[in-house]
Amino acid sequence: MTKRWARQGGVLLLVLVLAAVGWAALAPLTTESREALFEIPPGTFARRMAGDKVEILPDTIRLTLGLNDVLLLKNLDDVPQVFGPALIMPGQSFRLPFEHASTYSFACTAHASGQMNVVVEPHPAAGWPALRFRWHQLQRLSGWAAEKTS
Amino acid sequence: MTVLTRVATLIAALTLGFALCVAHAAPALKAGVFEPPRQAPEFTLHGSDGSDVSLARYRGKLVLMSFGFTHCAAVCPTTLATLAQVREKLGPQAGAVQVVFVTVDPERDSPARLKAYLAAFDSSFVGAAAKPEVLAAMRKNYGVVANKVAMSAGDYAVDHTSSIFLIDREGKLRAMMPYGRDAGDFVHDIKLLLAQ
Repeated sequence: MTKRWARQGGVLLLVLVLAAVGWAALAPLTTESREALFEIPPGTFARRMAGDKVEILPDTIRLTLGLNDVLLLKNLDDVPQVFGPALIMPGQSFRLPFEHASTYSFACTAHASGQMNVVVEPHPAAGWPALRFRWHQLQRLSGWAAEKTS
Repeated sequence: MTVLTRVATLIAALTLGFALCVAHAAPALKAGVFEPPRQAPEFTLHGSDGSDVSLARYRGKLVLMSFGFTHCAAVCPTTLATLAQVREKLGPQAGAVQVVFVTVDPERDSPARLKAYLAAFDSSFVGAAAKPEVLAAMRKNYGVVANKVAMSAGDYAVDHTSSIFLIDREGKLRAMMPYGRDAGDFVHDIKLLLAQ
């Protein structure tokens, strides 16, 4: 009797896992906003002057066409900041949309390498690419959650 | 006032509000957009046409400003060829657009050299040169980078910002088009900015 329950439970679990994988591979990909937002928080200049190493923009930003293909940079500090490809005034934002999958390089003094890359990837097709995209999103989310709780 | 009149007034107010929101929605430019736009920093440089080059001189025109140098092997010729194509595609509206090419290599780029170089792309393009410290101050105001890179046999190149600045007819720095975008993207944005 117990064995039968265990077998049925196993089958149910397998069905659920397959359904979840099927959904992840075939359901349309959507996001609340197409904007990938990066902000320079207030006091960044003062912190830098005090010797803090403040890293806001990664060397490489990855965007996906149709999902988060607009780079939005905001300067919330009270001094002008070179942020990625642009000099942004206090309270100003710079909104840069991308329409083609490619790697874009920008000269950027905010990076030690003097360069910032924006990699725009094509919209993931249904099936394996969508599954892989969702898996990476999940990994990113769990990394973010771990960072918040630590 | 009857209930019906109140409902009709509310619907009319909501419709007007929606229409105003749509009318004031920011145009979707293909370039990177500064919001809110600031007045573009003014400058006075030596023009390749023999006159001073400043933004005040081109008030009322849309200015496309790029930074580069005449010994540039790839980026500057590509940018200038694209901008020449943009003017062609604009037709009569090209008269409302001025291309300004500011050198990042004042040691080698005199106004005369800039004139000869730019004529190969479009005779309306204006080059701008000045003393190195004047150009450095201008670059700082625009967040432009320019670094000399040593080449073989004492030669050098200059790594520089390759984006093109779009300054509207009132002299406001509205947008920055990244290097590599095609002429159609420029034409799209120029038409939107000229229509405002």
